[in-house]
Amino acid sequence: MTITVSVNGQVQRLEADPATPLLYVLREDLGLNGAKYGCGLGQCGACTVQIDGKAAFSCVTPLAAVEGREVRTVEGLGTIDRMNPLQQAFVEEQAAQCGYCIAGMIMRAQALLDINPTPSDAEIRSHMQPNLCRCGTHMRILRAIRRASGQAA
Amino acid sequence: MNRFLLFAMRRRTIATALALLVLVGTIALVATWRPSIAPIAIPKVSAFTQASVERGAVLAKLGDCAVCHTSEGGAPLAGGRPLATPFGTLFATNITPDRQTGIGVWSRAAFIRAMRDGVRRDGAHLYPALPYEHFTHVTDEDLGDLYAFLMTRRPVRATPPPNRLIFPLGFRPLLAGWKLLFLQKGQVKSDPTKTAEWNRGAYLAEGLGHYAACHSPRNLAGGEERARAYAGGVAEGWRAPALDASNPAARRWTQEALYTFLRTGISPDHSAAAGPMAPVVESLSTVPEEDVQAIATYFASKLGGGSPVAPGRVVERTALAAAAEPAGAVLFAGACAGCHGVGAPMTAQQRPSLALSSDLRDADPTNAIQSVLQGIEPPVAGRGPKMPPFAASLTDTQVAATLAYARARYTDRAAWPKLAKTVRKARREGTQP
Repeated sequence: MTITVSVNGQVQRLEADPATPLLYVLREDLGLNGAKYGCGLGQCGACTVQIDGKAAFSCVTPLAAVEGREVRTVEGLGTIDRMNPLQQAFVEEQAAQCGYCIAGMIMRAQALLDINPTPSDAEIRSHMQPNLCRCGTHMRILRAIRRASGQAA
Repeated sequence: MNRFLLFAMRRRTIATALALLVLVGTIALVATWRPSIAPIAIPKVSAFTQASVERGAVLAKLGDCAVCHTSEGGAPLAGGRPLATPFGTLFATNITPDRQTGIGVWSRAAFIRAMRDGVRRDGAHLYPALPYEHFTHVTDEDLGDLYAFLMTRRPVRATPPPNRLIFPLGFRPLLAGWKLLFLQKGQVKSDPTKTAEWNRGAYLAEGLGHYAACHSPRNLAGGEERARAYAGGVAEGWRAPALDASNPAARRWTQEALYTFLRTGISPDHSAAAGPMAPVVESLSTVPEEDVQAIATYFASKLGGGSPVAPGRVVERTALAAAAEPAGAVLFAGACAGCHGVGAPMTAQQRPSLALSSDLRDADPTNAIQSVLQGIEPPVAGRGPKMPPFAASLTDTQVAATLAYARARYTDRAAWPKLAKTVRKARREGTQP
Protein backbone atom coordinates (compact mmCIF):
# COMPACT_ATOMS: atom_id res chain seq x y z
CA MET A 1 0.00 0.00 0.00
CA THR A 2 1.35 3.44 -0.94
CA ILE A 3 1.10 6.24 1.60
CA THR A 4 1.99 9.85 0.84
CA VAL A 5 3.60 11.85 3.64
CA SER A 6 5.52 15.11 3.72
CA VAL A 7 8.75 14.70 5.69
CA ASN A 8 10.88 17.81 6.31
CA GLY A 9 9.12 19.53 3.43
CA GLN A 10 9.65 16.73 0.92
CA VAL A 11 6.74 14.63 -0.30
CA GLN A 12 7.48 10.93 0.16
CA ARG A 13 5.53 8.08 -1.37
CA LEU A 14 6.06 5.12 0.91
CA GLU A 15 5.38 1.44 0.30
CA ALA A 16 4.67 0.01 3.73
CA ASP A 17 2.10 -1.63 5.95
CA PRO A 18 -0.04 1.35 7.09
CA ALA A 19 0.12 0.10 10.71
CA THR A 20 3.94 0.41 10.79
CA PRO A 21 5.09 2.90 13.42
CA LEU A 22 6.27 6.14 11.82
CA LEU A 23 9.59 5.77 13.69
CA TYR A 24 10.48 2.59 11.78
CA VAL A 25 9.64 4.20 8.45
CA LEU A 26 11.75 7.27 9.24
CA ARG A 27 14.77 5.25 10.28
CA GLU A 28 14.60 2.25 7.97
CA ASP A 29 12.95 3.54 4.80
CA LEU A 30 14.10 7.16 4.81
CA GLY A 31 17.44 6.83 6.62
CA LEU A 32 16.52 9.57 9.08
CA ASN A 33 18.20 8.21 12.20
CA GLY A 34 17.79 11.23 14.48
CA ALA A 35 14.65 9.94 16.21
CA LYS A 36 15.53 6.98 18.42
CA TYR A 37 13.79 3.84 19.59
CA GLY A 38 13.65 4.08 23.39
CA CYS A 39 10.73 2.23 24.95
CA GLY A 40 8.44 1.74 21.99
CA LEU A 41 5.48 2.56 24.23
CA GLY A 42 5.29 6.36 24.11
CA GLN A 43 6.70 6.67 27.61
CA CYS A 44 10.24 8.07 27.17
CA GLY A 45 10.20 10.59 24.30
CA ALA A 46 13.39 9.45 22.49
CA CYS A 47 11.30 9.04 19.31
CA THR A 48 9.75 12.53 19.43
CA VAL A 49 9.16 14.23 16.08
CA GLN A 50 6.75 16.97 15.05
CA ILE A 51 3.48 16.25 13.28
CA ASP A 52 1.81 19.39 11.91
CA GLY A 53 4.04 21.41 14.26
CA LYS A 54 3.21 19.50 17.44
CA ALA A 55 5.56 17.15 19.31
CA ALA A 56 4.42 13.54 18.99
CA PHE A 57 5.79 10.07 19.83
CA SER A 58 6.65 8.51 16.45
CA CYS A 59 6.89 5.01 17.99
CA VAL A 60 3.14 4.90 18.69
CA THR A 61 2.06 6.82 15.59
CA PRO A 62 1.03 4.51 12.76
CA LEU A 63 2.13 5.52 9.28
CA ALA A 64 -1.54 5.66 8.27
CA ALA A 65 -2.06 8.47 10.79
CA VAL A 66 0.35 10.85 9.04
CA GLU A 67 -0.98 10.42 5.51
CA GLY A 68 -1.18 13.88 3.96
CA ARG A 69 0.31 15.52 7.05
CA GLU A 70 3.62 17.32 7.69
CA VAL A 71 6.28 15.43 9.63
CA ARG A 72 9.41 17.24 10.83
CA THR A 73 12.47 15.51 12.29
CA VAL A 74 15.69 16.85 13.79
CA GLU A 75 17.25 16.51 10.32
CA GLY A 76 14.77 19.15 9.14
CA LEU A 77 16.06 21.80 11.55
CA GLY A 78 19.64 22.25 10.39
CA THR A 79 22.85 20.52 9.40
CA ILE A 80 26.15 20.06 11.24
CA ASP A 81 27.53 23.07 9.35
CA ARG A 82 24.39 25.17 9.63
CA MET A 83 22.68 24.34 12.89
CA ASN A 84 19.43 26.07 13.84
CA PRO A 85 19.58 28.28 16.98
CA LEU A 86 18.20 25.56 19.26
CA GLN A 87 20.69 22.95 18.04
CA GLN A 88 23.47 25.53 18.44
CA ALA A 89 22.34 26.22 22.00
CA PHE A 90 22.37 22.48 22.82
CA VAL A 91 25.99 22.36 21.62
CA GLU A 92 26.99 25.50 23.51
CA GLU A 93 25.47 24.22 26.74
CA GLN A 94 26.96 20.75 26.13
CA ALA A 95 23.49 19.43 26.84
CA ALA A 96 24.15 15.94 25.49
CA GLN A 97 25.88 13.26 27.49
CA CYS A 98 25.17 9.95 25.76
CA GLY A 99 22.95 11.85 23.33
CA TYR A 100 20.25 9.22 22.90
CA CYS A 101 17.39 11.46 24.07
CA ILE A 102 18.63 14.67 22.49
CA ALA A 103 16.93 14.54 19.07
CA GLY A 104 13.62 14.00 20.85
CA MET A 105 14.37 16.73 23.37
CA ILE A 106 15.19 19.20 20.59
CA MET A 107 12.05 18.40 18.60
CA ARG A 108 9.82 18.83 21.64
CA ALA A 109 11.55 22.05 22.69
CA GLN A 110 11.37 23.45 19.14
CA ALA A 111 7.60 22.82 19.10
CA LEU A 112 7.34 25.04 22.19
CA LEU A 113 9.60 27.80 20.86
CA ASP A 114 7.64 27.87 17.59
CA ILE A 115 4.48 28.93 19.41
CA ASN A 116 6.05 30.67 22.42
CA PRO A 117 9.48 32.20 21.62
CA THR A 118 10.16 33.31 25.23
CA PRO A 119 8.67 30.66 27.53
CA SER A 120 8.97 30.95 31.30
CA ASP A 121 10.98 28.39 33.22
CA ALA A 122 7.75 26.80 34.48
CA GLU A 123 6.41 26.60 30.92
CA ILE A 124 9.61 24.93 29.69
CA ARG A 125 9.57 22.38 32.52
CA SER A 126 5.92 21.53 32.06
CA HIS A 127 6.28 21.26 28.27
CA MET A 128 9.40 19.03 28.45
CA GLN A 129 7.90 16.76 31.11
CA PRO A 130 7.14 13.81 28.73
CA ASN A 131 10.81 13.40 27.63
CA LEU A 132 13.25 11.47 29.80
CA CYS A 133 17.05 11.65 30.00
CA ARG A 134 18.69 8.73 31.78
CA CYS A 135 22.07 10.48 32.04
CA GLY A 136 20.51 13.28 34.06
CA THR A 137 21.50 16.29 31.94
CA HIS A 138 18.13 17.94 32.50
CA MET A 139 19.63 21.13 33.91
CA ARG A 140 21.80 21.62 30.81
CA ILE A 141 18.87 20.85 28.54
CA LEU A 142 16.80 23.49 30.35
CA ARG A 143 19.68 25.97 30.02
CA ALA A 144 19.97 25.25 26.29
CA ILE A 145 16.28 25.93 25.73
CA ARG A 146 16.52 29.17 27.71
CA ARG A 147 19.59 30.17 25.69
CA ALA A 148 17.82 29.46 22.39
CA SER A 149 14.93 31.64 23.50
CA GLY A 150 17.36 34.54 23.96
CA GLN A 151 16.94 34.53 27.73
CA ALA A 152 19.78 34.43 30.21
CA ALA A 153 20.84 30.81 30.57
CA MET B 1 -60.59 49.66 21.86
CA ASN B 2 -58.79 52.74 20.63
CA ARG B 3 -55.09 52.96 20.45
CA PHE B 4 -54.80 55.61 23.21
CA LEU B 5 -56.64 53.48 25.74
CA LEU B 6 -54.51 50.47 24.91
CA PHE B 7 -51.37 52.53 25.43
CA ALA B 8 -52.58 53.89 28.79
CA MET B 9 -53.42 50.39 29.99
CA ARG B 10 -50.10 49.07 28.90
CA ARG B 11 -48.41 51.92 30.75
CA ARG B 12 -50.31 51.08 33.91
CA THR B 13 -49.34 47.43 33.60
CA ILE B 14 -45.71 48.35 33.18
CA ALA B 15 -45.84 50.68 36.20
CA THR B 16 -47.44 47.97 38.34
CA ALA B 17 -44.87 45.42 37.21
CA LEU B 18 -42.03 47.81 37.99
CA ALA B 19 -43.39 48.56 41.47
CA LEU B 20 -43.80 44.86 42.12
CA LEU B 21 -40.26 44.20 40.95
CA VAL B 22 -38.85 46.87 43.28
CA LEU B 23 -40.88 45.44 46.18
CA VAL B 24 -39.77 41.85 45.50
CA GLY B 25 -36.23 43.08 45.01
CA THR B 26 -36.21 44.89 48.34
CA ILE B 27 -37.66 41.90 50.18
CA ALA B 28 -35.11 39.65 48.48
CA LEU B 29 -32.23 41.95 49.40
CA VAL B 30 -33.34 42.07 53.03
CA ALA B 31 -33.84 38.32 53.09
CA THR B 32 -30.50 37.59 51.46
CA TRP B 33 -28.44 40.06 53.47
CA ARG B 34 -25.89 38.46 55.77
CA PRO B 35 -23.86 40.35 58.36
CA SER B 36 -20.10 40.72 58.25
CA ILE B 37 -18.25 38.80 60.97
CA ALA B 38 -15.62 40.95 62.69
CA PRO B 39 -12.01 40.31 61.67
CA ILE B 40 -9.74 38.73 64.27
CA ALA B 41 -6.04 38.96 64.95
CA ILE B 42 -4.33 36.11 63.06
CA PRO B 43 -4.33 33.20 65.52
CA LYS B 44 -0.97 31.92 66.72
CA VAL B 45 -0.03 28.34 65.91
CA SER B 46 -0.12 27.65 69.65
CA ALA B 47 -3.85 28.45 69.64
CA PHE B 48 -4.45 25.01 68.13
CA THR B 49 -3.57 21.56 69.46
CA GLN B 50 -1.22 19.40 67.43
CA ALA B 51 -3.85 16.64 67.34
CA SER B 52 -6.46 18.99 65.90
CA VAL B 53 -4.09 20.21 63.16
CA GLU B 54 -3.22 16.62 62.28
CA ARG B 55 -6.88 15.61 62.05
CA GLY B 56 -7.49 18.71 59.94
CA ALA B 57 -4.71 17.71 57.53
CA VAL B 58 -6.46 14.38 56.89
CA LEU B 59 -9.85 16.08 56.49
CA ALA B 60 -8.34 18.52 53.98
CA LYS B 61 -7.20 15.52 51.93
CA LEU B 62 -10.62 13.85 52.20
CA GLY B 63 -12.23 17.10 51.03
CA ASP B 64 -9.62 17.68 48.28
CA CYS B 65 -9.27 21.34 49.32
CA ALA B 66 -5.84 21.76 47.73
CA VAL B 67 -6.96 20.30 44.40
CA CYS B 68 -9.18 23.30 43.57
CA HIS B 69 -7.46 25.92 45.74
CA THR B 70 -3.99 25.50 44.20
CA SER B 71 -3.12 26.86 40.77
CA GLU B 72 -0.82 24.96 38.41
CA GLY B 73 2.68 25.41 39.76
CA GLY B 74 1.36 27.77 42.46
CA ALA B 75 1.72 27.71 46.24
CA PRO B 76 -0.55 25.17 47.97
CA LEU B 77 -3.99 26.53 48.95
CA ALA B 78 -3.18 30.03 47.63
CA GLY B 79 -5.97 29.83 45.02
CA GLY B 80 -6.09 31.10 41.45
CA ARG B 81 -7.02 27.85 39.75
CA PRO B 82 -9.70 28.36 37.09
CA LEU B 83 -12.89 26.31 37.13
CA ALA B 84 -14.79 26.39 33.85
CA THR B 85 -18.56 26.11 34.31
CA PRO B 86 -21.49 26.56 31.92
CA PHE B 87 -21.92 29.97 33.57
CA GLY B 88 -18.40 31.24 33.06
CA THR B 89 -15.01 30.75 34.69
CA LEU B 90 -14.54 31.01 38.45
CA PHE B 91 -11.15 31.32 40.12
CA ALA B 92 -10.49 29.55 43.41
CA THR B 93 -9.81 31.79 46.40
CA ASN B 94 -6.72 31.97 48.58
CA ILE B 95 -7.39 29.94 51.74
CA THR B 96 -3.98 30.40 53.35
CA PRO B 97 -4.06 32.54 56.53
CA ASP B 98 -2.80 35.70 54.80
CA ARG B 99 -4.24 38.86 56.37
CA GLN B 100 -5.13 40.75 53.17
CA THR B 101 -5.62 38.14 50.48
CA GLY B 102 -6.41 34.94 52.40
CA ILE B 103 -8.50 33.93 55.39
CA GLY B 104 -6.06 35.18 58.06
CA VAL B 105 -8.62 37.36 59.83
CA TRP B 106 -11.44 34.84 59.64
CA SER B 107 -12.69 33.58 63.00
CA ARG B 108 -13.66 29.95 63.49
CA ALA B 109 -17.31 31.06 63.33
CA ALA B 110 -16.72 32.84 60.01
CA PHE B 111 -15.04 29.75 58.58
CA ILE B 112 -17.84 27.46 59.74
CA ARG B 113 -20.45 29.83 58.26
CA ALA B 114 -18.64 29.79 54.90
CA MET B 115 -18.61 25.99 54.85
CA ARG B 116 -22.19 25.58 56.11
CA ASP B 117 -24.01 28.50 54.49
CA GLY B 118 -21.70 29.57 51.66
CA VAL B 119 -21.24 33.08 53.05
CA ARG B 120 -17.93 34.96 53.03
CA ARG B 121 -16.63 36.62 56.21
CA ASP B 122 -17.75 40.02 54.90
CA GLY B 123 -21.30 38.70 54.37
CA ALA B 124 -21.18 38.21 50.58
CA HIS B 125 -22.61 34.99 49.18
CA LEU B 126 -20.14 32.44 47.80
CA TYR B 127 -20.60 30.63 44.49
CA PRO B 128 -21.50 26.94 44.81
CA ALA B 129 -18.22 26.08 43.09
CA LEU B 130 -17.40 25.74 46.78
CA PRO B 131 -19.61 22.70 47.31
CA TYR B 132 -21.22 23.97 50.51
CA GLU B 133 -24.36 21.97 49.77
CA HIS B 134 -22.10 19.07 50.87
CA PHE B 135 -19.83 20.79 53.36
CA THR B 136 -22.96 21.89 55.23
CA HIS B 137 -23.25 18.29 56.49
CA VAL B 138 -19.82 18.27 58.18
CA THR B 139 -19.74 18.29 62.00
CA ASP B 140 -18.59 21.31 64.02
CA GLU B 141 -15.70 19.26 65.36
CA ASP B 142 -14.39 18.34 61.90
CA LEU B 143 -14.81 21.90 60.61
CA GLY B 144 -12.90 23.11 63.68
CA ASP B 145 -10.04 20.73 62.90
CA LEU B 146 -10.03 21.81 59.27
CA TYR B 147 -9.88 25.44 60.44
CA ALA B 148 -6.94 24.56 62.71
CA PHE B 149 -5.12 22.99 59.77
CA LEU B 150 -5.70 25.91 57.39
CA MET B 151 -4.83 28.60 59.94
CA THR B 152 -1.49 26.94 60.70
CA ARG B 153 -0.35 26.88 57.04
CA ARG B 154 2.20 29.35 55.73
CA PRO B 155 0.40 32.56 54.71
CA VAL B 156 0.78 33.38 51.01
CA ARG B 157 -0.05 36.80 49.55
CA ALA B 158 -1.93 36.03 46.35
CA THR B 159 -5.09 37.46 44.81
CA PRO B 160 -6.90 35.25 42.29
CA PRO B 161 -7.95 36.76 38.94
CA PRO B 162 -11.51 38.15 38.92
CA ASN B 163 -14.27 35.69 37.98
CA ARG B 164 -15.53 35.81 34.40
CA LEU B 165 -19.25 35.08 34.63
CA ILE B 166 -22.12 35.60 32.24
CA PHE B 167 -24.48 38.50 33.10
CA PRO B 168 -26.07 38.87 35.68
CA LEU B 169 -24.37 36.17 37.74
CA GLY B 170 -21.69 38.56 38.96
CA PHE B 171 -24.43 39.90 41.28
CA ARG B 172 -23.92 37.74 44.35
CA PRO B 173 -27.26 38.34 46.15
CA LEU B 174 -28.81 36.16 43.40
CA LEU B 175 -27.02 33.23 45.02
CA ALA B 176 -29.43 33.45 47.95
CA GLY B 177 -32.15 32.28 45.57
CA TRP B 178 -29.96 29.40 44.44
CA LYS B 179 -29.41 28.36 48.03
CA LEU B 180 -33.14 28.53 48.73
CA LEU B 181 -33.59 25.91 46.01
CA PHE B 182 -30.54 23.70 46.47
CA LEU B 183 -28.92 24.14 49.89
CA GLN B 184 -30.35 21.57 52.27
CA LYS B 185 -28.67 21.94 55.62
CA GLY B 186 -28.39 19.42 58.43
CA GLN B 187 -26.34 16.34 59.09
CA VAL B 188 -26.14 13.23 56.94
CA LYS B 189 -28.85 10.94 58.34
CA SER B 190 -27.35 7.80 59.72
CA ASP B 191 -28.98 4.54 58.67
CA PRO B 192 -29.35 2.19 61.66
CA THR B 193 -29.86 -0.79 59.33
CA LYS B 194 -26.34 -0.33 57.93
CA THR B 195 -22.95 -0.96 59.54
CA ALA B 196 -20.91 1.73 61.30
CA GLU B 197 -18.42 1.53 58.43
CA TRP B 198 -21.14 2.21 55.85
CA ASN B 199 -22.39 5.18 57.88
CA ARG B 200 -18.87 6.55 58.19
CA GLY B 201 -18.52 6.21 54.41
CA ALA B 202 -21.82 8.02 53.86
CA TYR B 203 -20.71 10.87 56.14
CA LEU B 204 -17.37 11.24 54.33
CA ALA B 205 -18.82 10.88 50.82
CA GLU B 206 -21.86 13.13 51.22
CA GLY B 207 -20.02 15.71 53.33
CA LEU B 208 -16.38 16.67 52.83
CA GLY B 209 -15.78 14.24 49.96
CA HIS B 210 -18.58 15.93 47.91
CA TYR B 211 -18.51 13.07 45.39
CA ALA B 212 -21.98 13.89 44.10
CA ALA B 213 -20.72 17.31 43.02
CA CYS B 214 -19.05 15.61 40.05
CA HIS B 215 -20.86 12.27 39.80
CA SER B 216 -24.45 13.59 39.78
CA PRO B 217 -26.15 15.31 36.85
CA ARG B 218 -26.92 19.00 37.29
CA ASN B 219 -30.01 20.92 36.20
CA LEU B 220 -30.06 24.14 34.16
CA ALA B 221 -29.50 26.23 37.30
CA GLY B 222 -26.37 24.22 38.13
CA GLY B 223 -28.00 22.43 41.06
CA GLU B 224 -27.49 18.71 41.59
CA GLU B 225 -30.46 16.62 40.54
CA ARG B 226 -31.08 14.88 43.86
CA ALA B 227 -33.65 12.51 42.38
CA ARG B 228 -30.92 11.22 40.05
CA ALA B 229 -28.04 11.29 42.55
CA TYR B 230 -24.92 9.52 41.25
CA ALA B 231 -26.40 8.97 37.77
CA GLY B 232 -23.18 10.47 36.34
CA GLY B 233 -22.06 14.04 35.75
CA VAL B 234 -19.33 16.08 34.10
CA ALA B 235 -16.00 17.47 35.31
CA GLU B 236 -13.55 19.57 33.31
CA GLY B 237 -14.40 18.08 29.92
CA TRP B 238 -14.47 14.52 31.33
CA ARG B 239 -17.46 12.43 32.35
CA ALA B 240 -17.77 11.51 36.01
CA PRO B 241 -19.18 7.99 35.63
CA ALA B 242 -22.44 6.90 37.21
CA LEU B 243 -21.96 5.48 40.70
CA ASP B 244 -25.41 3.88 40.81
CA ALA B 245 -26.84 0.73 39.23
CA SER B 246 -26.42 2.25 35.76
CA ASN B 247 -22.60 2.11 36.02
CA PRO B 248 -21.35 0.51 32.78
CA ALA B 249 -18.62 -1.70 34.31
CA ALA B 250 -18.18 -5.18 32.83
CA ARG B 251 -17.59 -6.61 36.30
CA ARG B 252 -19.49 -5.25 39.25
CA TRP B 253 -17.55 -2.92 41.52
CA THR B 254 -16.99 -4.78 44.77
CA GLN B 255 -15.86 -3.10 47.97
CA GLU B 256 -12.38 -4.60 47.50
CA ALA B 257 -12.09 -3.41 43.90
CA LEU B 258 -13.23 0.10 44.86
CA TYR B 259 -10.77 0.24 47.73
CA THR B 260 -7.86 -0.76 45.46
CA PHE B 261 -8.96 1.71 42.79
CA LEU B 262 -9.35 4.64 45.19
CA ARG B 263 -6.08 3.87 46.93
CA THR B 264 -3.84 3.13 43.90
CA GLY B 265 -5.64 4.54 40.84
CA ILE B 266 -6.14 1.19 39.15
CA SER B 267 -8.20 -1.94 39.63
CA PRO B 268 -7.22 -5.14 37.79
CA ASP B 269 -10.93 -5.83 37.20
CA HIS B 270 -11.76 -2.41 35.80
CA SER B 271 -9.47 0.35 34.59
CA ALA B 272 -7.36 3.32 35.59
CA ALA B 273 -8.28 6.63 37.21
CA ALA B 274 -7.85 9.43 34.69
CA GLY B 275 -8.51 13.14 34.28
CA PRO B 276 -9.90 14.95 37.34
CA MET B 277 -10.13 11.64 39.26
CA ALA B 278 -6.32 11.45 39.50
CA PRO B 279 -5.97 14.13 42.21
CA VAL B 280 -8.75 12.43 44.19
CA VAL B 281 -6.78 9.19 44.16
CA GLU B 282 -3.62 11.04 45.09
CA SER B 283 -5.38 12.44 48.17
CA LEU B 284 -6.90 9.10 49.13
CA SER B 285 -3.55 7.33 48.80
CA THR B 286 -2.35 9.00 51.99
CA VAL B 287 -5.39 9.19 54.32
CA PRO B 288 -6.03 6.49 56.96
CA GLU B 289 -6.90 3.17 55.38
CA GLU B 290 -10.16 2.80 57.31
CA ASP B 291 -11.57 6.00 55.79
CA VAL B 292 -10.99 4.70 52.25
CA GLN B 293 -12.45 1.31 53.26
CA ALA B 294 -15.55 3.14 54.54
CA ILE B 295 -15.95 5.16 51.32
CA ALA B 296 -15.53 1.96 49.28
CA THR B 297 -18.16 0.21 51.41
CA TYR B 298 -20.63 3.05 50.90
CA PHE B 299 -20.26 3.19 47.12
CA ALA B 300 -20.16 -0.58 46.67
CA SER B 301 -23.69 -0.60 48.10
CA LYS B 302 -24.83 1.97 45.53
CA LEU B 303 -23.18 0.48 42.46
CA GLY B 304 -24.87 -2.28 40.53
CA GLY B 305 -24.54 -3.44 36.97
CA GLY B 306 -21.95 -5.70 35.45
CA SER B 307 -21.32 -9.32 36.24
CA PRO B 308 -21.45 -9.85 40.01
CA VAL B 309 -18.74 -12.50 39.99
CA ALA B 310 -15.35 -12.52 38.30
CA PRO B 311 -14.33 -13.34 35.66
CA GLY B 312 -17.63 -12.25 34.13
CA ARG B 313 -18.00 -11.84 30.42
CA VAL B 314 -14.95 -10.66 28.51
CA VAL B 315 -15.77 -9.63 24.97
CA GLU B 316 -13.15 -9.85 22.21
CA ARG B 317 -14.50 -9.80 18.65
CA THR B 318 -11.39 -9.06 16.62
CA ALA B 319 -12.56 -10.26 13.20
CA LEU B 320 -15.95 -8.63 13.44
CA ALA B 321 -14.41 -5.32 14.53
CA ALA B 322 -11.80 -5.37 11.75
CA ALA B 323 -14.53 -5.94 9.16
CA ALA B 324 -16.70 -3.16 10.56
CA GLU B 325 -13.93 -0.59 11.13
CA PRO B 326 -10.96 -1.36 8.84
CA ALA B 327 -9.37 2.10 9.17
CA GLY B 328 -9.65 1.91 12.95
CA ALA B 329 -8.13 -1.58 12.95
CA VAL B 330 -4.97 -0.28 11.24
CA LEU B 331 -4.65 2.68 13.60
CA PHE B 332 -5.26 0.48 16.64
CA ALA B 333 -2.56 -1.94 15.51
CA GLY B 334 -0.01 0.86 15.15
CA ALA B 335 -0.98 3.10 18.07
CA CYS B 336 -2.60 0.91 20.74
CA ALA B 337 -1.67 -2.74 20.32
CA GLY B 338 1.89 -2.26 21.60
CA CYS B 339 0.36 -1.97 25.08
CA HIS B 340 -3.23 -3.20 24.80
CA GLY B 341 -2.79 -6.01 22.27
CA VAL B 342 -2.67 -9.73 22.91
CA GLY B 343 0.55 -10.67 24.71
CA ALA B 344 1.69 -7.04 25.21
CA PRO B 345 3.91 -6.39 28.27
CA MET B 346 1.10 -4.53 30.02
CA THR B 347 -1.11 -7.62 30.06
CA ALA B 348 1.64 -9.51 31.91
CA GLN B 349 1.53 -6.86 34.66
CA GLN B 350 -2.08 -7.70 35.55
CA ARG B 351 -3.29 -4.53 33.84
CA PRO B 352 -6.95 -4.85 32.86
CA SER B 353 -8.00 -5.78 29.34
CA LEU B 354 -9.80 -3.08 27.37
CA ALA B 355 -12.83 -5.39 27.53
CA LEU B 356 -13.10 -4.42 31.21
CA SER B 357 -12.92 -0.70 30.54
CA SER B 358 -16.08 1.13 31.58
CA ASP B 359 -15.11 3.95 29.24
CA LEU B 360 -15.49 1.76 26.14
CA ARG B 361 -18.81 0.38 27.41
CA ASP B 362 -20.32 3.71 28.47
CA ALA B 363 -23.07 5.14 26.27
CA ASP B 364 -21.15 8.42 26.46
CA PRO B 365 -17.75 8.22 24.66
CA THR B 366 -16.28 11.30 26.39
CA ASN B 367 -13.86 9.52 28.72
CA ALA B 368 -12.63 7.10 26.08
CA ILE B 369 -11.93 10.11 23.85
CA GLN B 370 -10.21 12.17 26.56
CA SER B 371 -8.02 9.23 27.62
CA VAL B 372 -6.79 8.89 24.03
CA LEU B 373 -6.34 12.63 23.50
CA GLN B 374 -4.81 13.54 26.86
CA GLY B 375 -3.41 10.20 27.99
CA ILE B 376 -3.26 9.11 31.61
CA GLU B 377 -0.71 10.30 34.14
CA PRO B 378 0.08 8.13 37.18
CA PRO B 379 -2.16 9.61 39.89
CA VAL B 380 0.28 8.80 42.64
CA ALA B 381 3.67 10.19 41.60
CA GLY B 382 6.08 7.57 40.38
CA ARG B 383 3.69 4.63 40.29
CA GLY B 384 0.50 3.58 38.62
CA PRO B 385 -0.72 3.49 35.07
CA LYS B 386 0.61 5.85 32.40
CA MET B 387 -0.72 6.25 28.89
CA PRO B 388 0.78 8.62 26.33
CA PRO B 389 -1.44 11.37 24.87
CA PHE B 390 -2.40 10.99 21.21
CA ALA B 391 -3.76 14.51 20.66
CA ALA B 392 -0.78 15.46 18.46
CA SER B 393 -0.46 12.23 16.52
CA LEU B 394 -4.09 11.39 15.70
CA THR B 395 -6.63 13.68 14.04
CA ASP B 396 -10.25 13.83 15.25
CA THR B 397 -11.33 11.49 12.46
CA GLN B 398 -8.54 9.05 13.35
CA VAL B 399 -9.37 9.08 17.07
CA ALA B 400 -13.00 8.38 16.15
CA ALA B 401 -12.02 5.48 13.86
CA THR B 402 -9.70 3.97 16.50
CA LEU B 403 -12.35 4.16 19.21
CA ALA B 404 -15.11 2.85 16.94
CA TYR B 405 -12.89 -0.17 16.32
CA ALA B 406 -12.07 -0.62 20.02
CA ARG B 407 -15.75 -0.41 20.96
CA ALA B 408 -16.66 -2.99 18.33
CA ARG B 409 -13.81 -5.29 19.37
CA TYR B 410 -14.08 -5.15 23.16
CA THR B 411 -17.78 -4.56 23.83
CA ASP B 412 -21.12 -5.82 22.61
CA ARG B 413 -22.62 -2.34 22.63
CA ALA B 414 -23.96 -0.44 19.63
CA ALA B 415 -21.56 1.91 17.83
CA TRP B 416 -21.34 5.45 19.21
CA PRO B 417 -23.25 7.82 16.90
CA LYS B 418 -21.56 10.95 15.45
CA LEU B 419 -18.27 10.02 17.08
CA ALA B 420 -15.96 12.33 15.07
CA LYS B 421 -18.14 15.31 16.04
CA THR B 422 -17.93 14.33 19.71
CA VAL B 423 -14.14 14.01 19.43
CA ARG B 424 -13.94 17.53 18.01
CA LYS B 425 -16.02 18.86 20.92
CA ALA B 426 -14.03 16.91 23.52
CA ARG B 427 -10.73 18.18 22.15
CA ARG B 428 -12.02 21.75 22.50
CA GLU B 429 -13.29 21.24 26.05
CA GLY B 430 -10.23 19.31 27.17
CA THR B 431 -7.85 22.11 26.25
CA GLN B 432 -9.85 24.91 27.89
CA PRO B 433 -8.57 26.40 31.15
